[in-house]
Amino acid sequence: MAKVLQEATKMTQVQKMVKKALTGNEAAAYAMRQINPDVVAAYPITPATEIVQIYSSYVADGLVNTEFVAVESEHSAMSATVGACAAGGRAMTATSSQGLALMWEMLYIAAGLRLPIVMPVTNRALSAPINIHGDHSDTMGARDAGWIHIFSENSQEVYDNIIQAIRIAEHKDVLLPVMVTMDGFIISHAMEVVEVAPDELVSKFVGIYKPDRYLLDIDNPMTMGGLDFTDYYFEHRRSLAEPMFHAKEHILAVASEFEREFGRKYGLFEEYRMDNAEYAIVVLGSTAGTAKVAVDELREQGVKAGMIKVRIFRPFPYDEIAHAVSECRAAAVLDRSDGLAGRGGPVFGEVRSAICDMEKKPVTMNYVYGLGGRDINVEMIKSVYKDLQRAVATGERALVNYLGVRD
Amino acid sequence: MANIKELAKQEEKLSAGHRACSGCTAPMVVRMLYMAAGDTPLVIGCATGCLEVTTTIFPNTSWKTSFIHSAFENSAATVSGVEAAYKSLKKQGRYDRDVRFVAFGGDGGTYDIGFQSLSGAMERGHNMVYVCYNNEAYMNTGVQRSSATPKFGETTTSPVGSVEPGKKQFPKDLTEIMVAHSIPYVAQASPSMWNDLITKFQKALNCGGPAFVNVLSPCRLGWAFPSEKAVSIGRDAVNTCVWPLYEVVDGQYKITYKPREKKPVDEYLKQQTRYRHLFRPGGEAALAEIQANVDSKWERLKRLAGEA
Repeated sequence: MAKVLQEATKMTQVQKMVKKALTGNEAAAYAMRQINPDVVAAYPITPATEIVQIYSSYVADGLVNTEFVAVESEHSAMSATVGACAAGGRAMTATSSQGLALMWEMLYIAAGLRLPIVMPVTNRALSAPINIHGDHSDTMGARDAGWIHIFSENSQEVYDNIIQAIRIAEHKDVLLPVMVTMDGFIISHAMEVVEVAPDELVSKFVGIYKPDRYLLDIDNPMTMGGLDFTDYYFEHRRSLAEPMFHAKEHILAVASEFEREFGRKYGLFEEYRMDNAEYAIVVLGSTAGTAKVAVDELREQGVKAGMIKVRIFRPFPYDEIAHAVSECRAAAVLDRSDGLAGRGGPVFGEVRSAICDMEKKPVTMNYVYGLGGRDINVEMIKSVYKDLQRAVATGERALVNYLGVRD
Repeated sequence: MANIKELAKQEEKLSAGHRACSGCTAPMVVRMLYMAAGDTPLVIGCATGCLEVTTTIFPNTSWKTSFIHSAFENSAATVSGVEAAYKSLKKQGRYDRDVRFVAFGGDGGTYDIGFQSLSGAMERGHNMVYVCYNNEAYMNTGVQRSSATPKFGETTTSPVGSVEPGKKQFPKDLTEIMVAHSIPYVAQASPSMWNDLITKFQKALNCGGPAFVNVLSPCRLGWAFPSEKAVSIGRDAVNTCVWPLYEVVDGQYKITYKPREKKPVDEYLKQQTRYRHLFRPGGEAALAEIQANVDSKWERLKRLAGEA
């Protein structure tokens, strides 16, 4: 009986979701308001500016308990966030592009100090040339910093991912910072229908941040950020790798709890029409929406096309993605940044590494696309599937391709 | 005004065993800060530098109160975040202790790379004290010039050569720049004048807003003097008016110590190897230039304090 009641309560909660028209930035700010962190320290940068702009209006209107610190740079934004989180507060910031680049030093420190900071990042190209539009160069530049990276396809996912990120970051066995990304302008400034939960549900879901050790615990003083010589540094960095290895299970546990409470399902990645797929593309962010249309059209034409949308980029779901593409004849990886590694983009490297030990593996190709916000459309994605079919049929392929660029 | 008998009874909160050089004045500055705070709990942040690397070698720490180091250029920003969390938790009724916040930085971490972070934190009005332990060069990396290095001072990046005289510029006056931030409390101090320094720390900790204290901290490695001379050299800096002791409370200047007899700068400079080239034949003009600069700044300070 109690269980039935419980289920009924949950149903009511799910039903209490309200539909709102929100841009990605608005969805991020909305989620942050509901999370109500103790401190937000931020600096404006296009296209993430709106997040902190909206947030400061929440502060001005007394809708949150947050102490808003309008810092003088992104370096100080992350430094103050580190200080606030180390002090014992739940602390957030948001940024983009050059701002993230300026934070770079502090990203490593936030992770190294095991501070569960959550930061929405509106993905934008890196200079030079200066460009304000969406690509993944900024967060890909921070991929080895020790942060969990969660990509979002649309405003709804931005909202859902930020709420889940708090729980993931603050899990005692994780304690790693999390960045939740959205494509600049394409998501950040596009109005979409977003289902938002009541404030109380989000509040209850994220709970109150209670760290075991923190600076303001003055009866148990602690030293944070000490100096390691050759005798301890390696062990400390090794202990940072450990929670990243195991973060996947906690990410999935939070996702299933989220599904129960909010009614929407999340995994490490999304498989779209991958059943019996022969040709797959692996993609991140908003392009997944476009790719789904291409997949549907190709399926209508009898092409066994499928798509994998990576949600969790760090820790990368190597085994799971390898398994997902194992039955494919060919797979293309679409990178919205160019790692300038001499062999394609960063996601390509991860996928190739994932399938490396498989006995039977798909033919792989890489497509760098959309740099500086260059459009990608359904026809372009269909041309990738055509290339994959040709590669399988003829054995001819270019390993690294640039899609939608004038040569 | 501090009472030395009372101060001596306090528990040491920077424990012995740190790796600072013998004769290093930075730990003296920290201990005097703790003395000034008394029973008021402190959370302290520190920029990368001598003080941080010599006191926090894992698995040891010299700090008996909570301490955070995150990077070089952001001591002020980091502590501003700590203070913001404190304010937030207090406002929400989730924290009820009375704590003060202090950020340390050397002159490199304060005058140069951390300048923006310091300026931002002071402008935002955080209730915190920033203490610059100013030893007038990048000592932790092996004595390189900073914008606090005095004119003609020799460092490894302002070496004395056959055509160069050591550092070619006068230092920027950071204390005055902090005064221009219109914060409640700004002071210049010296660990050699313990009573003055502790009193200033007490005022800084209790001014209710951002405070900045610039403490000239003689460095026996970089200035090159025998370690037992650290305190007397600091006193000579004060008595020659190379480093005047003053405070600016809500914009009002006050000279907190006036030398009975203002000594010539030579007496201070000649004890330090970084100035030895000035005492060779041909160094007279440089010495005169330093003296003239010290004189004019001292006269200006007296005017600002209404004592001219």
